[in-house]
Amino acid sequence: MKEKVLMKGNEAFGETAIRCGCRFYFGYPITPQNELTEYMSANLKKAGGEFIQAESELAAVNMAYGAACSGGRVLISSSSPGIALMQEGLSFMCSVQVPLVVINVSRGGPGVGSIQPGQADYYQATRGGGNGDYHLIVYAPSSIQEASDTIVKAYDVAEKYRNPVMVLADGMLGQMMEPVSLPEMKEALAEEDIPKVKPWALVGHKDQRPHNVIKSLYLQTEQLEETINGYWGKYETAKKELPEYEAYNLDGAEVVMVAYGSTSRIVLEAIDLLAESGIKAGLIRPITLWPFPYNAFDKIGSSTKAVVSVELSKGQMLDDILIGSNGRWPAAVVSRTGGVLIYPQEVADRVKELLEGGKLNGKSV
Amino acid sequence: MEKRITIITGHYGSGKTEFAINYVLEMKKKHAKAALIDLDIANPYFRSREKQAMLEREGVVVYSNIFGYDITADFPAITAALRAPLEDEGVHAVIDAGGDDSGARVLNQFRKYFGDGSAMFFVVNANRPETSTPDGAARHMISITDETGVDIGGIINNTHMLGETGIEDVLKGYDLCKDISERFGVPIIWNCCRKDLCEGLRREALASGRDLEIFPLTIFMRDSWMDNNILRRTRHGV
Repeated sequence: MKEKVLMKGNEAFGETAIRCGCRFYFGYPITPQNELTEYMSANLKKAGGEFIQAESELAAVNMAYGAACSGGRVLISSSSPGIALMQEGLSFMCSVQVPLVVINVSRGGPGVGSIQPGQADYYQATRGGGNGDYHLIVYAPSSIQEASDTIVKAYDVAEKYRNPVMVLADGMLGQMMEPVSLPEMKEALAEEDIPKVKPWALVGHKDQRPHNVIKSLYLQTEQLEETINGYWGKYETAKKELPEYEAYNLDGAEVVMVAYGSTSRIVLEAIDLLAESGIKAGLIRPITLWPFPYNAFDKIGSSTKAVVSVELSKGQMLDDILIGSNGRWPAAVVSRTGGVLIYPQEVADRVKELLEGGKLNGKSV
Repeated sequence: MEKRITIITGHYGSGKTEFAINYVLEMKKKHAKAALIDLDIANPYFRSREKQAMLEREGVVVYSNIFGYDITADFPAITAALRAPLEDEGVHAVIDAGGDDSGARVLNQFRKYFGDGSAMFFVVNANRPETSTPDGAARHMISITDETGVDIGGIINNTHMLGETGIEDVLKGYDLCKDISERFGVPIIWNCCRKDLCEGLRREALASGRDLEIFPLTIFMRDSWMDNNILRRTRHGV
């Protein structure tokens, strides 16, 4: 085990990206992810990279688009309303199939929302917040160590699939401190090596090969359709290869809660509280939010009477839970939103109320 | 080293707030009136004002830049009311400043209250990357002194690894603090240690010939769910 240091989530996200060979960061300040932007401003240049504080999130995402086209490892980050502003660029980058890692340290919404932690960007992240037929690949780590490990994986997945990958980390993960063991430093690709690894990258043809063209404009609709079908084939592969989840205590569980990110850790403690009341509860924690690990629900046994989504939003993840449940169990939502954190006792109390009150028809409580 | 006004500074993420809360509760045990002044206007999470209700139950008055119990405000501004405990000679005041020199900058406007009746402490966690070497810790110490014009009167070793803290962490921090203590001629006032580890630390310190003052710490700022064992589940790929 490598030596651990004590880091704030936002710092660890930035340091990990640098150690992954990320040499381009473009951003604009917003709470609760400011320490990430600040960290990159202080440390990326030391690693030979470029940091630019853009005039807006829209400018930042388009700078990232340019840097990604030239084959560099790029990081952008923001928090919910800022991520909303970046959607245009993310749609473009999916359409032209360039890799990118984007971190959303999400807060309460909609609109300007609050600066406290939230998970209400679930639809935006998993359903595509911009225009057109595309998907982001979305990971939702639940600890700073997992977030660091996920960022390492995210760069590889983004490059393998030539698609932006989002790491969805709620404000609590961005702001909390945890011991973390960071990855080894990886150098960025030398410019002359980029074409060997990323033959599509715009690094100059030097009269040695035809031009590379990266574009999302197709004047003939059939051509556009063919392009879109091409990358949807990739999404089908992603659905087979990428879904990940953790399961806890499913055997004999009377109720199974589904939660991601910080909330899953709160649920874990709620499971202990429910056990004190004689209720056996389990947890499914989706690690990928897109593609969603629907097959996790096949692990639920016959003892389970209900599935409950615990989320810091108004039941957005419930849609995926209903797909995964496929009518096998009644499902409900236990939710706080607007930046209000839910606590273990409240989760336990509300799940008990659901089980006792028979309010298990998809309604939230 | 006890003074009527104690200013807690340090690199951000060093545990200033946890120490400040514990320290002001100690002050309240010893003195009729104690106040906590939350001067952190740099970061909106994990500030001492989150524990306002608990502190008030214990008789500590809390001053910050907010109204009532609202913790969501993110104003880079402070209320004039917090001058009251600084001016009232009958109050023992603990100031929880924001992290780094930028967080300590706000102290400047209160400089007239600082002098013989006050002490500024510098909190160090040797497990934080920027203060993991004596040079790194010294850099932060100097930048805070430069920013505020107030000399650091004491060092607080608060080296921990949250739920994974061991006695060796505290001892490592002590050795680092001793280095900067000798370098600047500033004493180490306390070595913070979670209460359940204090006995072991006392034994280990004695055995290794370290003469350290222990400040037993109750953890207020870390909810229990944050440190539960996240490894007990089974991970699945598809």
